Amino acid sequence: MTTRRLAAPGNAVFVALLGVLAVLPSFTSDYFINFVMTRTLMLGLAAATIVFLSTYGGMISLAQLLLFGVAGFMFGNAALESGARGLNLGWPAWVAILFALAVVTAVALLLGALASRTTGIYFLMLTLVYGVIGFFFFAQVVPVSGPGGVTSIAPPALLGAEVRLYYAGLVLSALVYVGFRAVGTTPFGLALQGIRDDPVRMASLGFNVPLHRMLAFSLAGFVAGIAGLLNVWWNGQIDPASISIGPTLILLIIAVIGGISHFEGAWLGAFVYVAANNYLRALPFVDRIGITEARFNSVIGVLVLLIMVLSPEGLVGIVARVRGWRGRRPTLERPIEPAPSAPVRDAGVGAADQDHASTATFGRSVALDETMEGTDP
Amino acid sequence: MKFGAVTERGAGGDAVPATQAGLLRRLPGLGVRLALLLALVWVLFLARGTPAGPAVSDPGRFVVTLLDGLTFAGLLFVVASGFTLIFGLMRTVNMAHGSLFLLSGFIAIRVQQAMVGKTRNIEAVDVGVLDWVVPLLVGAAAAALLGVVLQQVFLRWNQGQELRQALITLAISVVLADQMLREFGGLALRMVWPREVTHFLTILGQRYATSRLFMLAVAIVVGVALWLWLTRTRMGMVIRAGVDDESMVRALGINITLIFAVTFFVGAFLAGMGGVMGASFAGAATGSDGAWLLNSLVVVIIGGLGSIKGAVAGSLLYGLVIAFSPSYLPSQYTFYSIIFTFVLLALVLAVRPYGLFGRAE
Repeated sequence: MTTRRLAAPGNAVFVALLGVLAVLPSFTSDYFINFVMTRTLMLGLAAATIVFLSTYGGMISLAQLLLFGVAGFMFGNAALESGARGLNLGWPAWVAILFALAVVTAVALLLGALASRTTGIYFLMLTLVYGVIGFFFFAQVVPVSGPGGVTSIAPPALLGAEVRLYYAGLVLSALVYVGFRAVGTTPFGLALQGIRDDPVRMASLGFNVPLHRMLAFSLAGFVAGIAGLLNVWWNGQIDPASISIGPTLILLIIAVIGGISHFEGAWLGAFVYVAANNYLRALPFVDRIGITEARFNSVIGVLVLLIMVLSPEGLVGIVARVRGWRGRRPTLERPIEPAPSAPVRDAGVGAADQDHASTATFGRSVALDETMEGTDP
Repeated sequence: MKFGAVTERGAGGDAVPATQAGLLRRLPGLGVRLALLLALVWVLFLARGTPAGPAVSDPGRFVVTLLDGLTFAGLLFVVASGFTLIFGLMRTVNMAHGSLFLLSGFIAIRVQQAMVGKTRNIEAVDVGVLDWVVPLLVGAAAAALLGVVLQQVFLRWNQGQELRQALITLAISVVLADQMLREFGGLALRMVWPREVTHFLTILGQRYATSRLFMLAVAIVVGVALWLWLTRTRMGMVIRAGVDDESMVRALGINITLIFAVTFFVGAFLAGMGGVMGASFAGAATGSDGAWLLNSLVVVIIGGLGSIKGAVAGSLLYGLVIAFSPSYLPSQYTFYSIIFTFVLLALVLAVRPYGLFGRAE
């Protein structure tokens, strides 16, 4: 990496933001750090996996919250020595962490293998089905969880204090943000983006399309599992209701609010969601127009509806567009764009390839169902 | 297929001999057949220690389980056929399908309460045929009208952007779920079957509710009507032509925008009918919307999106799996039955990634 690229404005902003976030606990209330920022980082981490699959793979996954939950359930089952429910294996914390991440990755590998030959709308539906089946699994299978879930889970001693969980979230978020962007420039990431744009061409060039999708899904599952561990330490418990269809949609909504094709958007969306969740009721006018805390989902739903109707690129997309109006090139693209030779099938997608390659996700013809790999008799 | 061969070569790193590749390709199909055979042998002869017992020693339980599966499949078909009809023509995955289902159920319950004149403890003897059919039509028509409004306001202008439409309907379903919770409360409400169908039959020593058979009959009537509409009327032909080649239909001077609206009306009407049947069968409660979105999705993923034949096949397979897996698992493992939904999905997708009757585009 050259000095010029290291000193790019985007990187400077990133480092400055990290600095601000690192000293934030000294200036704000414990409540803000614990209930807003820590949750933002956890949910952002999970939403970033949706963005990762969408941006590089053209796959919108609704199974990420399931994997997030699987890690929590597995840690709870493995780490607790005696509890009302669960297997109570009583393993040391670090063994339990490894176990949880191993299970999550294995589950993601299996689910990814099954979903790897579908894309677009099929992938969305299939992963939604995964999520709901997962919910019913944990709600019904009493030895692992049952409807009440696993309770009184303590974080490892190292992360005992609440502020340490915040720093863990911050460090992991920074690593994942940099890591996911770096993956985009590796041969694997480039092949994945090629598959997103034209799976048939990539298959005929000799790339194994399902394998790439499966590995991307596993990587995203692993990261979602890390976020799920943070969540279960923060929460102290996990129950099936927390991975039911409502929260599953909320996680997608977080990614959509921020902008589903920008990694920044994951954390931005999480912040907007968590802040709205915490502070909406404190606004002076809202109860007068009938919006109480209980109607929070309506507010979020309408917000997403507006975003999808007005600008499918989300908040980050709006920012980029405003910058574009001011005559500056947006600096939010990925470090290396896929080769511009991707076949253009209609005008909308052609335009998308220029600035925000993954606007293509919302265009009709890109990468949807074009795969013809094998086994169709 | 051409590209299949390329992919397999990529996987192996080297060219795979043709016979070996053929075997590899047939492997999932053979696996599925083996799994089916094992399941059949298990249910017929081996299933000792299960709630139902082997079919040869307890044929009554077997027949009842089979009927449970078939009647539930009828309900599944009514709901999922609406979902798949809309997708087949417009490529719109309507994630608010479950919300339309639940809304119609709630409205029908309100109408039935008003017609019977009681708000609680309605007994089957209070309910005549009209007290069930009128709420059914009102509820389904309400769902259908809402469906058309949603289509005209939110989906008409972004036709073809599948993922955007899916996310828009998802957002709508979140809002609808919340507003229904506000309006109808969180407790389960129940629609009551008319007294004419509230009896019990005795089948091989087992009591069986007539209302379930009535539900299957309604589903068959719906299926036949749908089939006649799609194959024997002009509009049905236009819809089928639109499924195959939308722009050609447009070029022939047919007003496909109107056809879209009608299709959405019918699809949402079917969701609403299913909602009323579901509310009579199992009650309507917050959360049924998500469960029935899942059911519709599973049926169309198994059967193939956009295919009515696929909806029949998917409903039957899924209905039978739902009925058989809890009855024929060993008693202490009954709660693992949900896994079989996943197994069914995995088996179908391993052989046909786009469902039994689906087409890759």
